[in-house]
Amino acid sequence: MRQRLYPLEDLEDIPGTTVFTARRSRQAYHLHKFCMSLMDKDNRNAFKADERGYLDRFRMSEEQKQAVLQRDFNRLIELGGNIYFLVKLSNTDGWSTQKAVGSMTGMTADEYAAMMREGGRSPEGQRSKRGGN
Amino acid sequence: MARITAGIATSHVPAIGAAIDLGKTQEPYWAPVFAGYEWVKAWIKDNTPDVVILCYNDHASAMMLDIVPTFALGFAEEFEPADEGWGARPVPTVIGDPDLAGHLAEQLVIDDFDLTIMNAMDVDHGLTVPLSLMFGQVSEWPCRVIPLAVNVTQFPTPSADRCWQLGAAIRDAVAAYPEDLDVQIWGTGGMSHQLQGPRAGLINPEFDVAFLDNLVDSTDQLRKITRLEFLREAGSEGIELIMWLIMRAALGPKVEELHRFYHVPASNTAVGHTVLRPVE
Repeated sequence: MRQRLYPLEDLEDIPGTTVFTARRSRQAYHLHKFCMSLMDKDNRNAFKADERGYLDRFRMSEEQKQAVLQRDFNRLIELGGNIYFLVKLSNTDGWSTQKAVGSMTGMTADEYAAMMREGGRSPEGQRSKRGGN
Repeated sequence: MARITAGIATSHVPAIGAAIDLGKTQEPYWAPVFAGYEWVKAWIKDNTPDVVILCYNDHASAMMLDIVPTFALGFAEEFEPADEGWGARPVPTVIGDPDLAGHLAEQLVIDDFDLTIMNAMDVDHGLTVPLSLMFGQVSEWPCRVIPLAVNVTQFPTPSADRCWQLGAAIRDAVAAYPEDLDVQIWGTGGMSHQLQGPRAGLINPEFDVAFLDNLVDSTDQLRKITRLEFLREAGSEGIELIMWLIMRAALGPKVEELHRFYHVPASNTAVGHTVLRPVE
């Protein structure tokens, strides 16, 4: 057997963090196809004019469509999404990346911005669920 | 013969590009960030290379959906700035160097790096923000650029040590190029940041500063950092720092640190920047 430095399950031991794997990438393929379609101005306009109708052009799951409509980024990540794709959606909305990212923390945009100005979130207690450190 | 004369590392936060494009660099929030790049902007005027090999990651702009290359080398004559959802950045077209890129691809594949060749692609903020930080707002970039895109998005990314080995092979390949060229290598992305989930906003200055220190003369420590440790300590997007190791390895065993800058925050991210010169 080849050696591994740690069991891959350890990747799930980081609090509040979802590691984007090939399986998740496949789960979110059509969601991500939608996100990347927003790199075109005509598509952005079509989406803004009729969000639900535009989403129905893609073979996304109903859960993914609902999460897009609600701009629920935590749910989108749970459903396979990755932030680099998802910011195409928040950019289309005219949101800053900070606003999109902060929306996943349970803080208001102002609270999150203030935390970042103060130096960000400390890694203390955020490294390992198991270790509690 | 061609030679690598310097290495530059910098974060490539999209909001930094937006601040430049929207004329906000002197606002109180942004002024300290841009002050940290005044040194390099002056230095690079006297040290403009013929070509930059620019290690960056594509943020789901030209790849990562249908094709997920671990290492992708840009082969085109020209690369246009990508539209990432709010229109393309108003920056010049990036001019490539297919001859040197061809030489690199040949040498690196022979050296067992199974590169993906990109004959056409747009380049996103990961590549254009570093160019703006070094060269400012210009009507054309003052040098050619060979994009080297690294997968840091989909697990498993290449390891820190694999990136190191690639950098070392790039050094040999450049040295074997017969044309008289001044080449710089840039590593971009990082430093600590996390852009997802309840842990978003993570910043780890101790990890970042140790990384900057070790980048000069304790590189064996950096080569040993596992993917898991990057994720735990530097955040899920902090793993971009593996691209700095390609840059560092391409400079050879000894370097002199000409300049260093570290600042928190720019948007969600700890900004790090360093300029290194190889020492014979």
